[in-house]
Amino acid sequence: MIKKVLKVTPRLGLHAKPAGMFVREAGRFKSEIMVSKDGAEVNGKSVMQLMLLAAEHGSRVTLRISGPDEMEALAAIEKLFARKFDEE
Amino acid sequence: MIIIKGIAASPGIAIGKAYVLEDEEIVVTRVDIPRDRLHAEVQRFKAAQKATHRDLDAAEAKVLKLLGRKHAKLIDAHRLILRDTLITHDVPKRILSEGVNAEFALSEALEAVNQQFEKLKDEFFRERRHDLFDVGKRLLAHLLRHARRSLADVKEPCILISRNLLPSDTINLQESCILGFATDLGGKTSHTAILAQSLEIPAVVGLSDVSRRVKTGDTVVLDGEQGLVIIAPTPEAVAKYEKFQQQEIEAERALEALRGLPAVTQDDKRFRLEVNLDTPEEMKSLLALQADGIGLFRTEYLYLNRTTAPTEEEQAKAYVSVVKAMAPRPVVIRTADVGGDRLSQMGIEGPKNEVNPFMGLRGVRLFLRHLDLFKTQLRAILRATVKGSVKIMIPMVSSVAEVQAVRRLLAQATSELQAEGVKVPEGVELGIMVEIPAAAVMLDAFVPHIDFVSVGTNDLIQYTLAVDRVNENVAHLYDPFHPAIIRLIQHVVATAHKAGKWVSVCGEMTSDPHAVPLLVGMDCDCLSVSPRMFLRIKQTVRRLHYATMAKLVGKAAICSDSDDIRRLMREQGL
Repeated sequence: MIKKVLKVTPRLGLHAKPAGMFVREAGRFKSEIMVSKDGAEVNGKSVMQLMLLAAEHGSRVTLRISGPDEMEALAAIEKLFARKFDEE
Repeated sequence: MIIIKGIAASPGIAIGKAYVLEDEEIVVTRVDIPRDRLHAEVQRFKAAQKATHRDLDAAEAKVLKLLGRKHAKLIDAHRLILRDTLITHDVPKRILSEGVNAEFALSEALEAVNQQFEKLKDEFFRERRHDLFDVGKRLLAHLLRHARRSLADVKEPCILISRNLLPSDTINLQESCILGFATDLGGKTSHTAILAQSLEIPAVVGLSDVSRRVKTGDTVVLDGEQGLVIIAPTPEAVAKYEKFQQQEIEAERALEALRGLPAVTQDDKRFRLEVNLDTPEEMKSLLALQADGIGLFRTEYLYLNRTTAPTEEEQAKAYVSVVKAMAPRPVVIRTADVGGDRLSQMGIEGPKNEVNPFMGLRGVRLFLRHLDLFKTQLRAILRATVKGSVKIMIPMVSSVAEVQAVRRLLAQATSELQAEGVKVPEGVELGIMVEIPAAAVMLDAFVPHIDFVSVGTNDLIQYTLAVDRVNENVAHLYDPFHPAIIRLIQHVVATAHKAGKWVSVCGEMTSDPHAVPLLVGMDCDCLSVSPRMFLRIKQTVRRLHYATMAKLVGKAAICSDSDDIRRLMREQGL
């Protein structure tokens, strides 16, 4: 199991489009991918649950990934955050 | 007469009879399903999912046709919801573990999520739950083999009143005879509001109980400007709004009549009125404006959202399509004003997370560090010169050395292309964007090296007044009427004209009907405006008297603050 804290980069926070990109990325891996913020933890493969975190721009979310491809999954998601979810 | 205040979601005024749409309460009852039929129940739910996917495909095709690609992403969001584990996993799980019908399991699952959404403080996130309901209702309708409510039976023009309007309902409004709509729920950032704006349907939302206070057939006035709904308006109120409506229609007609007419003042001084272009996708609507040219073709879009730099071929194709469509009218192509963060996305070494990107490595500064990128763009632009009239503009110039470096690179690119057999003309016009105060102050040193000047007002104001517009503490200090700005632009125009060079102005100031009289009075040769304001600005120019405006600018330049300038203009009725 690995854990990592990431800062939310999209301008409007993890709203529909970035949350959708997150879910698509997460869905490529077998590992369980959980995301938490302010004590609430949700399934990173569910777009509705991710939006329920209401993670606004600049806030921090914690990733908890466990499974056979956890390292690859973390790397892929970190890349997404670094790319700022391809926003303009 | 009752006036209810809500949230202005989409501008415009509608007067007419109300049509109250009953809230779409689909009654879902709990049915216990025998154990041996539970798997069949799950299959039934899966079939509904499939049917809903087909619905979304159809809706997507409709949105694409009506509104274009940007809005079609909304359907993508709905698809993701449909594929969400909440739907695909939780609902079948509920069916099996509780032994209930699919409708009940679905509505329980939706309600559980809704309750969580309602607790969110952030309106933007809270509004997203309407997308969930939209998908949920589509699914339920399939399960119940229930035709969704339709506005098709509304035959007379009316104002739609309802508790809530889902995005999928809104898409269908344009084909119906609905004049506008008012809802109890909703916010300014909901997809419904955004769709209404794009479809140009007046709308007021967030009225809390309008659907209970209005009856079908009541006369109502919908004021999408102020966010008001007036129930049973007095004849005076109706007359007032009818007059507004009439004025709007007349104003629209007056603007339409200006299409194709020159931007010429009352005393016969001709200005070039051009438009700004952000992506070639806008060309179709832009051509209809019959502008004198494209005064600013921003090329940044070519560098966004990608992992490799755009190739010469790809860029040339984009430029050629625009240049050809505009020919013989000129197109000013600005080389990309991108920052270092774009480079790292494209796998090129560059600065990341600059503390102050506005003053960082961007525009010509960045391209002069990455000559390969710069030359690729210059070559692509040069290749378009054979198809029409092209001028090149360089952003973020602060020193003469930068212009000289660009000149050398441009000459190199030209001779390379000529050697390759491409008939690129010599002496393609090269200009600079004057947006850094240094370039404005000492423009006389620049003019021998350039053919024209383009004033980028947004950045010039921001850098001159040292105001970050995004910083709410100082945003109010951003002021196009600041005498320093007026003097600076006046100086730029005079310096350029003295050397026989022409001046164009782009930036928001050119799209502000209150600021345009000053730009006209300063004798700017060309104004490049946003397409949305094109006809409006043409109307402004055609109403002005150049000689009077020139005198006004003389007075404005010696004012000590912007309030004095605004007062001066008010006295002239501007």
